[in-house]
Amino acid sequence: MNPDATLISDTKNTWCPGCGNFSIQHAFKNVIEEFEKEGIPREKFVLVSGIGCHAKIVDYFRLNSFYSLHGRTIPVATGIKMANPELKVICFAGDGDLYAEGLDHLIHAAKRNIDITVICHNNRVYGLTTGQYTPTSPYGYRGRSTPEGIHEYPLNIIEMVLGSGATFVARAYSRNIPLLKRIMHDAISHPGFAHIDVLQICATFFNVTSFYDEHVYETSEVNVTQFEMACRTGQQWNYSDPGPIPLGIFYKTIRSSLPEKREQKKVDRMKSIQDILTGHS
Amino acid sequence: MADISVLIGGKAGDGISQAGQVTGSVFSSLGYHVYQYVDYPSLIRGGHNFCIIRAAELPITAFRSRFDVIIAFDQQTVDLHGDSLSDNGIIIYDSGRVKAEGQGIPLSQIISMHQGLPVMGNTAMISALLRVLGIPWDLAEPVLRRKMPKSTEKNLDIAHAAWNILTPKQDLVVPGGGPRPFLSGNEWIALGLLAGGLDAYIAYPMTPSSGILHFLASVKEETGIQVYHPESEIAVILMALGFSYAGKKAAVGTSGGGFCLMTEGLSLAGQAEIPIVIVVSQRTGPSTGLPTYTAQSDLLFIRHAGQGEFPRWIAAPATPEEAMFLGAEAIRIAWEFQVPAFILTDKTFSEGLFTGSPDLPDPKPHELKAPVFPYSRYMDQPDGISPLLSPPHPGEIIKVNSYTHDFEGITSEDPEITNTMAEKRRRKEEALKEQSDRPENVIISGDERSPVCIIAWGSVRGQVSEFAKNHSIRLVSPLILEPFPVNAFKTALDGVTRIIIAEESATGQIDKILMEHGIVPDKLILRYDGRPSAIEELEEQVRREL
Repeated sequence: MNPDATLISDTKNTWCPGCGNFSIQHAFKNVIEEFEKEGIPREKFVLVSGIGCHAKIVDYFRLNSFYSLHGRTIPVATGIKMANPELKVICFAGDGDLYAEGLDHLIHAAKRNIDITVICHNNRVYGLTTGQYTPTSPYGYRGRSTPEGIHEYPLNIIEMVLGSGATFVARAYSRNIPLLKRIMHDAISHPGFAHIDVLQICATFFNVTSFYDEHVYETSEVNVTQFEMACRTGQQWNYSDPGPIPLGIFYKTIRSSLPEKREQKKVDRMKSIQDILTGHS
Repeated sequence: MADISVLIGGKAGDGISQAGQVTGSVFSSLGYHVYQYVDYPSLIRGGHNFCIIRAAELPITAFRSRFDVIIAFDQQTVDLHGDSLSDNGIIIYDSGRVKAEGQGIPLSQIISMHQGLPVMGNTAMISALLRVLGIPWDLAEPVLRRKMPKSTEKNLDIAHAAWNILTPKQDLVVPGGGPRPFLSGNEWIALGLLAGGLDAYIAYPMTPSSGILHFLASVKEETGIQVYHPESEIAVILMALGFSYAGKKAAVGTSGGGFCLMTEGLSLAGQAEIPIVIVVSQRTGPSTGLPTYTAQSDLLFIRHAGQGEFPRWIAAPATPEEAMFLGAEAIRIAWEFQVPAFILTDKTFSEGLFTGSPDLPDPKPHELKAPVFPYSRYMDQPDGISPLLSPPHPGEIIKVNSYTHDFEGITSEDPEITNTMAEKRRRKEEALKEQSDRPENVIISGDERSPVCIIAWGSVRGQVSEFAKNHSIRLVSPLILEPFPVNAFKTALDGVTRIIIAEESATGQIDKILMEHGIVPDKLILRYDGRPSAIEELEEQVRREL
């Protein structure tokens, strides 16, 4: 495929009118343009998506991409990054995708501090499969698989990701594009595992625009390196009850990350095989 | 022709496998071809472990049912295996722990006399074995010295003390010309992967495939590969596909249960046409089954795994040289055809030890198509194979996709594109068939003109090949199981009037593949207790069918 001036492909867009995905796409396009101005060419970016409405985003960008499986963005992205540390690898995942089917990968990616960025399109509902509850749907949510309402509280993803060892944890909102852009840029620049939970509405199955507009606020990032403060900020909202919903970068620290920086030694593969054969004789 | 079998038995934790490996190395140093079978239950300490070391003047790939020497570290070894002692056989035993007829060695006494460690009992037993076989000390000493790089002098003192207690019972010939490399089947496969150009190996531990992971992790520096053990087999295969997309040659390894988790990733590799090598070492199923015992019951599963239809390649080695060749060949096939390429093996082969050729393998060169610009990842080609390109490539966009997609890799639900892409995969399968349906992919041995034919694959071929000729049987064995080399196989069966199949499964699997191609077996000899057959056991079953 030939890239042209615009980053947006001519693939027909099939998101519903009013979908939060448009804002995420728009913000990300601007962020890539910023990186290009800073000297990182667009071919260095690889987008990895899961399966769900969010995932169509990779078809809509004229950028390298790996359209993977439901829940599996992270292991694919990890392999790409370990194979070529020069690449900037960004996962676009959904909340059902990332927090249900692929939750173990998220925990382990945070633990190993793999240098990738995960952007979760968190609309707290399954859109493409028509409105079932996800791990971040509120208590009592009625969907087609739970007509009586769910009797479980949502996962507080911020607490979970912090507890798993992520070195960059943030929450954004699709209707606050300047903040979303700043967080995306910082996350992609961060040398380690960066997680952004992006609150967005599902225009068809879970439209809570006015709830978010009333409750979100931008938190101070003065204590961004303090883990306990980050936990407290994360605990202000439990993804279910009404309450203040902090947005911003909650935590940012530097820790040893994967891929490890190591010098590429020249090896003579056939000679090393010969040495192994001799050594085992 | 000298052909000697030794059984070493003891409790898990006694270092039986290690003692066997040193014994095998000693025979290899004396110039013998060596095969070792290891039998152990799925526990860390206490159960009964044994290994069988066989040494012969010709290459061997199976064990015999009678033993010339039994080395007993515990009473159970004598009780369980004493009846299998050959007529002139001898039991060497730890006289402090075991009651038996034969030659006793007071292991703990010798060790404490020399202030040695309990594990040095192995040294005493191996020395005793060499003494009983009539190997002169001036030949034994340098071999033992080489195999005991730690506390060498103390080990040699202990070896000499054991030596002096016993008297020679045989006068074993020393062929000379050794030593040959002595490695496990897993290690021979791993060397093949390395020779084929492997860049990364990703695996989650699972018996009996873990030996590949451990071996490659131990040589990653000098061979320049990456080795990674992530959270699950699901992560394993997807990481490997990430490596592959980014231009690195990646392989994974597992057993049936782990492969179950990999099937969604397998189907992704089929749809997105991402090359990958998968080693599956079979163990007794279903489910957890017998983790440390063998089977050939995953052939049809591997052949059909994954939703949808896509080409794949499956090879089954039976000798160390084949393992090394096929390991390299799997990488060539996977990358040239952009398909999943399998090495299908089993516990018997994976964890068995074999002396093999010291010569470097000579892998076929990879013939990858040059990318055409402007680049389309799924560009249509007569043989269905689009040129590969990995990111970053200035000015080009490289998209792979698990959805049905167009030539650029963009999702499409168009019926025409759906057909085009299905036909593209079909044409790749035709190209792959052309590669596999060649005479060299069907092994013929034994009495090559006999009208009676036995068909076996993988490690069972190793057992049959040792007796086929004695009974004027033609042995025909596919090296490649998928795409099945139909014409080459039918040619190999020319003039055959009776077909017997030997396989380690309860229902028969390869016969189903043969019947798809109109080859109807007359008799199935099936074994499904998790244990490989001794040569004589299978020979007797076959003889009854003649």
